[in-house]
Amino acid sequence: MIATLLAQVSSTFEPPTLDFHALAPEITFAACVALLYLVDMIKLEDGRRLMPGLSGLALLAPLIPIMTLALDGADRTLFGGAFVVDNVALLLKATFFLSGYVVVLLSTNHLAEGDFWESEYYLMLTSSLLGMVVMSSARDLVTIFVALELLSIPAYLMATWEKRSLRSNEAGLKYYLMGVFASALMLYGMSLLFGISGSTLLTDIGARIAEGNSSTPIVSLAIVLVIVGFAFKVSAVPFHSWAPDTYEGAPTPVTAFLAVASKAAGFVALLQLAFVGFAGRTDVVEPLMWVLAAASMTVGNLIALRQTNIVRMLAYSGIAQAGFILAPFAVMSDSATESLTAVVTYLVIYAAMNLGAFAIVIAVARKTQSGEISSFGGLFGYAPGLTVAMTVFLASLAGIPPLGGWFAKFVVFKALATAGTPWGYSLAVVMAVNSVVAFYYYALVLKAMWFDEAPYGDTSPVRVPVSLISATGLTAGATILFGVFPGLLGHFTGSLEGIIAVLPGG
Amino acid sequence: MTDFLNDWGLTIPTFLPLVAAVVMMLIPKAEEETHKIVALATSLVVAVFGVLLLLNFDFDRTKDLQFAVDIGWIDIIRSRFTIGVDGIALPLILLTMFVVPLVIIYSWNHFPEPHNPKAFLILIMILHTGMLGSFVAQDLILFFVFFEVVLLPMYFMIGVWGGEQRQYASIKFFLYTLFGSALMIVSFLALFVLTGAETFNMVQLAEQVAAREIALSTQVLIFGGMFMGFGIKVPMFPFHTWLPDAHTQAPTQGSVILAAVLLKLGTYGFVRIALPILPDAAIEWAPWIGLLAVIGIIYGALGCLAQTDMKRLIAFSSVAHMGYVMLGIATLTDFGINAAIFGMVAHGLITGMLFFIAGSIKERFHTLEIKRLGGLLKQAPRVGWILGLTTMASLGLPGLAGFWGEFPAILAAYNPAEGLNVTLFRVYMVIAALGTVLAAAYLLWLYQRTAFGEPKEEFAHEHVHDMHVTEWIAWIPMVIAFVVLGLMPGLLFGMMDGAVTNMVRTAFGG
Repeated sequence: MIATLLAQVSSTFEPPTLDFHALAPEITFAACVALLYLVDMIKLEDGRRLMPGLSGLALLAPLIPIMTLALDGADRTLFGGAFVVDNVALLLKATFFLSGYVVVLLSTNHLAEGDFWESEYYLMLTSSLLGMVVMSSARDLVTIFVALELLSIPAYLMATWEKRSLRSNEAGLKYYLMGVFASALMLYGMSLLFGISGSTLLTDIGARIAEGNSSTPIVSLAIVLVIVGFAFKVSAVPFHSWAPDTYEGAPTPVTAFLAVASKAAGFVALLQLAFVGFAGRTDVVEPLMWVLAAASMTVGNLIALRQTNIVRMLAYSGIAQAGFILAPFAVMSDSATESLTAVVTYLVIYAAMNLGAFAIVIAVARKTQSGEISSFGGLFGYAPGLTVAMTVFLASLAGIPPLGGWFAKFVVFKALATAGTPWGYSLAVVMAVNSVVAFYYYALVLKAMWFDEAPYGDTSPVRVPVSLISATGLTAGATILFGVFPGLLGHFTGSLEGIIAVLPGG
Repeated sequence: MTDFLNDWGLTIPTFLPLVAAVVMMLIPKAEEETHKIVALATSLVVAVFGVLLLLNFDFDRTKDLQFAVDIGWIDIIRSRFTIGVDGIALPLILLTMFVVPLVIIYSWNHFPEPHNPKAFLILIMILHTGMLGSFVAQDLILFFVFFEVVLLPMYFMIGVWGGEQRQYASIKFFLYTLFGSALMIVSFLALFVLTGAETFNMVQLAEQVAAREIALSTQVLIFGGMFMGFGIKVPMFPFHTWLPDAHTQAPTQGSVILAAVLLKLGTYGFVRIALPILPDAAIEWAPWIGLLAVIGIIYGALGCLAQTDMKRLIAFSSVAHMGYVMLGIATLTDFGINAAIFGMVAHGLITGMLFFIAGSIKERFHTLEIKRLGGLLKQAPRVGWILGLTTMASLGLPGLAGFWGEFPAILAAYNPAEGLNVTLFRVYMVIAALGTVLAAAYLLWLYQRTAFGEPKEEFAHEHVHDMHVTEWIAWIPMVIAFVVLGLMPGLLFGMMDGAVTNMVRTAFGG
């Protein structure tokens, strides 16, 4: 019986031709991660000191194949369209690897000096990043789902990494419950999509959905469920309630990781789904995204105004920023290229500036042992370098030229204006008002650092380890560079024909 | 030489202060003298460039962009690094280059608490780049970037070195301006998209808007966004409330720069961007702008009469003076806009000077409350006389620069551009003329109460130092400038008339 089955399979099965060059970043990285596991198993406790450096190298190594692929420039499609390597995917992968590298820099001292499991942390971190990198190329429901779980499950664990802290446990549990709930919704939506189209490939789904008889409610239901699932992941209002508690409770480097990389991965998936899979049903996607975007930026900003803890403030600001990133989706049919460019550009710049802000939070907390905004008081007096760097990051988050954030906001504005519809313009005005509101809470931190006195007159200097200095330097450099010469990103995002071409009728 | 100036004459002075700021960041905080010298030397080199530009400027074709540079910058959004200077921008660029070194000289031994010359001068240097960049930019996005660059340094300057209410004043300043510029950028983008011009170049956009029939209602809306951006910066009534707070709380140097240059970014934006690109919408808006301008004139003057604090009084007088500038612009005539630009320069010099004097009085008496001051002419006669001369200039006495900003602006309202309601503008003219009477009243009253009579009891026996050396060096050029411009207004009118006439003719066909 089995023999006949096997014979049948082997006669019908054609092994896919593998383009190893296209897969090289993932293969390199997976090999490095496996190596890390081996080091941990063989060296046990002695391996702890090696882990940060090794995982840093593991994150930088795949940049080489990414570079060669970028120089080669050709778009590569594998597994019948389930896995696509184009310029955007490469840019996103590079962003993920570099963000991961910065997170390692942020974690090194924090973990070594606290009561943490160390080696395992880096294994979780790298595994999660592997999921994100795969996500950048995934154009297939199953691949997307596997990537999503691969990136989420280690992240749930990392949120609880501070074992004996109640808050950290609360953070992990909340994140986990919300995460699996979202996954369930998403899976239900995906199963409906598969039922409708008979395929898991996004291109097939897109083609099927775009057909005339697809206005059935079941399609709308499937789209809404999938988008809502990812709305949890990117913490868009009203699916954001887990984020502030999780961010505050989790160890701060993990928070940085969740706020930047994990969120970006959610957006990447949304990008593929919306632009490739759901492009035929923008009548469902656009209003939904409009509401999510407007609600996220408004609610996120208004609540952020009242925060006294800087991590919670950054969490709510992240919710508002998620609204900004969602905004281009609301006009995707009228300005497809601009919307795509806007989302990708925003993600890259957001990664740099937000990681930088967390780096300073971690550095300052080393001295003050506090996450309160008031603990930043008088920082300018005793740590001018950190103050200037934090000013750069916060001003960039607020969108003040000539720092990266302005260009990120600008391309979103441009996408909204290009659409030329009342919906686009109204969302642009909502966003303009919101970016003013947002400045206020960033200014509260600026005020504390520049204008206030140090609490208890404690002006002893902050000891900043080398890893944090290099993390700050990397992110600040990127933030300023993207602001002054945004054209640097243009090389990648300018050639979006690859992904646009697969849009049905696009 | 000319070749060098054509290629680098604007780029170097614009970015040199920024380079100096970076250099100063690397110099230790303790070496205060080095910081002062680097900052002063930089601003002087920039000023030398200003002189060179002036000498090599071709006054026969002021309407053309000179020393222009146009290279690629952000290709994906079609924004280019386009800079250049014509007769409209030149006076303001020179004003900026003139004022900043004087501010640094004035600061030499007068750094406000909490001292820290390093940070203070770095902020001034960044401001310098932002201000010059805004005036030379010929690309909307480039303009926007420079326009925003000035915000943070001024925010910190007010917030760190300011007075009692500094935190409130600094955040208010920032949020007001940011709100305006957020709507402004939406307008810029709407222009970009609706014209389909695929460029942010100001001149080309103006041509495209003229060539394409964009619905008037849309143009009016886009103009509205720009109006918010520039009008808040001017500031126009009813968006002026940030100004008295910012001016009162800012350190002297901050007030001077704010009055002399930053407010001009708003009015300059109207003349450079809003009017030429959207002339049809400007005609729709002009009556309202004129209305807000005359309200500002009267309201500012009445506000002045009610003030008890000298600095706050000067701040309200700024609202009134900028009202004249906006009235000149609202007439949409070459006559009115010439007057407006003259008014910008005159206001920059005169009000800047008033803030200098207010700062020095504060330093001597530790108060600016008018009723506690008095007898300045007895205690510090030189400061007193200069204050007298400056108040005369500020109230628009013929023969001093202030006159040439106000009087022609009022006169221009007699005969506004075609398409505007003549009766309405003549009513504005009468109201604005009444404003000059009020201006004379509040300024003379201010002078009377502070300079005449005997010193008040509490200061009667104190030794009050008359002019310091740094004050001589910083103030005399300002005084000379507004006296010379008052006697020979042709110097400035000749510089800009060609450009203004050309702009008005192209935009309004007048």
